Amino acid sequence: MSFLTLDHVTHHYFSASSYTKALKDISLSIKQGEFVALLGPSGCGKSTLLSIIAGIVEHTSGNVFLENTPIKPSDKAIGYMLQQDYLFPWKTILENVMIGPKIHRSNDPAIRTKAEMLLKQVGLTGISDDYPGSLSGGMRQRVALVRTLLNDPKILLLDEPFSALDYQTKLKLEDLVSTTLKAFNKTAILVTHDIGEAIAMADRIFVMEANPGMISKVFEVPIELRQEAPFSVRKHPKYQMLFDKVWEELEDKEGNPAE
Amino acid sequence: MAPETNTDNQLFQRHKYKLKREKRIVITWQLLLLLAFIGFWEVASRLYWIDPLLFSSPSEVIQVLFSNMADGSMVKHIQITLFETIAGFIIGTLVGILFASVLWSSTRFSKIMDPYLVIMNAMPKVALGPILIVALGTGYVSIIAMGALISVIITTLVIYNAFNEVDPNYEKVLKSFGATRWQQFKEAIFPATLPAMISTLKVNVGLSWVGVIVGEFLVAKQGLGYLIIYGFQVFDFSLVLSSLVLIAIFAAIMYKVVERLEGWLIKSKT
Repeated sequence: MSFLTLDHVTHHYFSASSYTKALKDISLSIKQGEFVALLGPSGCGKSTLLSIIAGIVEHTSGNVFLENTPIKPSDKAIGYMLQQDYLFPWKTILENVMIGPKIHRSNDPAIRTKAEMLLKQVGLTGISDDYPGSLSGGMRQRVALVRTLLNDPKILLLDEPFSALDYQTKLKLEDLVSTTLKAFNKTAILVTHDIGEAIAMADRIFVMEANPGMISKVFEVPIELRQEAPFSVRKHPKYQMLFDKVWEELEDKEGNPAE
Repeated sequence: MAPETNTDNQLFQRHKYKLKREKRIVITWQLLLLLAFIGFWEVASRLYWIDPLLFSSPSEVIQVLFSNMADGSMVKHIQITLFETIAGFIIGTLVGILFASVLWSSTRFSKIMDPYLVIMNAMPKVALGPILIVALGTGYVSIIAMGALISVIITTLVIYNAFNEVDPNYEKVLKSFGATRWQQFKEAIFPATLPAMISTLKVNVGLSWVGVIVGEFLVAKQGLGYLIIYGFQVFDFSLVLSSLVLIAIFAAIMYKVVERLEGWLIKSKT
């Protein structure tokens, strides 16, 4: 059964003098627990697509279904991680993490325990009362992950969450996010322009092209790679083969004088 | 040979000493400038380089201050002016923040209001003085209204701009948790603009003084602005200058208090 379905989703951006077709006829379906990556050049509308799935941007035509019901904004089912952590600098780490429950006015006393447990799980202990300013980029992004997970979303949207980090931190965090999401059996969509990251983390890769944004090709990541953690995937012989194929696909598309 | 372990500390001590010395030099010069100004004023007045009837002299000003303080009349004037200024300042700032919040709550409303805000901002608020007096009477209410009016529009505009400049991704994060617009305001927009609000406080201190003094010029029977006008009418410029000195001192104190408040608020929030 399909968990998330996009049915001919199209989106336009309007300005006073013209319009642009940002997305054209995007149709895809994702299974429960699956990790997919949207890979493409900048301007192909991949972030817009995430915002549409999150219900933050309203698409101009087509349908989005989550568990066969149309998606609506303010749906608790969606978790969002952005390029930067966007932790609130005036809130402590714990207050930042607990923002979801606070917005839902949840009075569940167990939620605090759960928050601290999740923080521990991502390797952050004894910082609950610190402010984000005193944390490194990698730690902050882990806090953002906990903030998202605490809300217990059905699906996680990752909008290039590692792109602002240095390479080592990025590799470590990829492993952490991947194993954590597997452990909770979460469905996730990762937007990235890093081929390696897409292969290392995802089960399926949707390659997109720009002007208008469309899905040009879908790659299945071989089962051997899916079972490995991202860091070891990069060392697997099949990794390079897939990398070359995806690379070729992207090269073909960039050959267009579109951008 | 000097013990190696001491050199780090020695360097640090030397650095601290340098900072202290620099601070002392600056303060010394500041005091010297003040003394030179007062001294020159006194001398110029005594030697008739300037007309002592018009420009008075420091000794004269001090004498006026003391005699008026002693009989308690000056204290009364200071109290009333301070009360009006602080009230005008607080009302102007709070109402400005409130207006900005209302504008933020509806994009359409803010578009509708835009030309009116531009006109009200461009208009010299003190020109409304006579109307205020007619509407609110000749008491301190219209003077407070003047002090508030002069800062309220600019506060509204500055804070509203600050609201709009908050990184939209903070709202996006909250929206993804299903936050209402009010929750977005409470959790992100308002706290993020706190520094901007505090910097408008500093501007508003000065503006409220302008409003209150002009208000007192127009109508009051009490207050430092009244003393200036009264001194002018009876040609007692020692009184005018004494009032000016008092205004300078209290405006500076108020500014410093707001600055302290700023340091305290910012520290407790980050």
